[in-house]
Amino acid sequence: MIDWAWIAGHLDELGYRTLQHLYLTSVTVAVGLAISFGLAVWAVRQRAALGPVIAISGLLYTIPSLALFPFFVPLTGLTDLTAVIPLVLYSLLIFIRNIVAGFDAVPVDVLEAADGTGYTRAARFRRIELPLATPLVVAGIRLAAVSTIGLVTITGLIGDKFGGLGFFIFEGYRHSFETEIFAGALASIGLAVAVDLVLVRLQRRLTPWSRPAEVARAIGVPRPVTGPGMGV
Amino acid sequence: MDLPAGIAAWFADPGHWAGSAGVPARLGEHLALSAAALAIAAAIGLVAGAWVGHTGRGATLAVNLANLGRALPTLAVMGVVVPVTAAIDSQAGFKVWPAVIGLVVLAIPALLVNAYAGVSGVDRDLVEAGRASGMRGWQVLWRLEIPLAVPVILTGVRSAASQVLATATLAAIFGGPGLGRYLVEGYAQLNYPMMWAGVILVGALFALVELGLAMSQRLLTSPGLRLARGAAV
Repeated sequence: MIDWAWIAGHLDELGYRTLQHLYLTSVTVAVGLAISFGLAVWAVRQRAALGPVIAISGLLYTIPSLALFPFFVPLTGLTDLTAVIPLVLYSLLIFIRNIVAGFDAVPVDVLEAADGTGYTRAARFRRIELPLATPLVVAGIRLAAVSTIGLVTITGLIGDKFGGLGFFIFEGYRHSFETEIFAGALASIGLAVAVDLVLVRLQRRLTPWSRPAEVARAIGVPRPVTGPGMGV
Repeated sequence: MDLPAGIAAWFADPGHWAGSAGVPARLGEHLALSAAALAIAAAIGLVAGAWVGHTGRGATLAVNLANLGRALPTLAVMGVVVPVTAAIDSQAGFKVWPAVIGLVVLAIPALLVNAYAGVSGVDRDLVEAGRASGMRGWQVLWRLEIPLAVPVILTGVRSAASQVLATATLAAIFGGPGLGRYLVEGYAQLNYPMMWAGVILVGALFALVELGLAMSQRLLTSPGLRLARGAAV
């Protein structure tokens, strides 16, 4: 069923495609994060902009990837942009939702305390709001990275130059060669799971205070009353 | 011919509305594929989620598995099962089964997590009251926890359904059924009107199903819950 010798003979190519996969994913996450951060911070300040920003990024998200990847071919040719532009567009909704949620989660009391102790607007943003928003921003990076890894496999549709590990899925299908499909697919899954696990670690490392229960306590979310006699 | 006129001409051509590659046939395939995947995923995800939520056993494992499931690229899940499915059936093993399995894996996390969160989030006082009035375990689950969890469960169903409908286009990569065929064939033949007609059809189907699910969510939620929520606001 599976031709292991083929896999052993193509480790070089698998390595190259893994790097391509990681390259397309990291460029997308970096550019997507930068654009979304700007849009999200703007939308948090100008509340009226939030609806349209979410609506537009949501609309982009619903365009089938099998259409959006070919769409840029006539415009940008077979350059990396052809894959990266749609990948970035798909990442916006995930990023913006999480960044906005991150800033919204900063308690008003904390902001007032910062104002009361004489923070300037810029200092308050950098030293109070940003650190408190970080857990949800990092959660957004993780979601966007994993979703991008999945979408990179589909860029193989554009042409053999793209696809990362998804290239093997498309080429294997064209040659009706199950081993190649399997190898590309298994490696893509391995990459997605590995990146997910690394980013979970990073999330915990960067925000050691963000154990969910502690966050709930810190920002004063009411907990359900269970025992008898409470509140009497 | 510019693209909007080309798309309009594509839709106006009666040839595109008949036969096995016509819009009704492809639409039917798309719905059948999505519904089959969703039904299998619901049978697994809702049952497992409700059971874990009811008993409280295996909750961490279930949530971790669901999170892992969310990370899996659907096209890769389709590819990884091909050697097995193609060995069983050389036709459907390429065209249909990988897509069904990929979509089932895609849909399970949202269904499972919401069923678990909905059932385990039911007020413990109500569960105690149910037990005290003589309900057995499965009666508590079926007549008390699940009805109260319906809004949360249906939110999961909605999110799973829209993910499945959008992702079902991927079946076309392996020559499978559904509206994705217009996208893949449109690109392969550089027939952009066909490709964008496919995008419009997927978008219209998506919007219609969203609307239908939103309405059924209203209908299926117990009037008491609707009232309670309205009163709380």
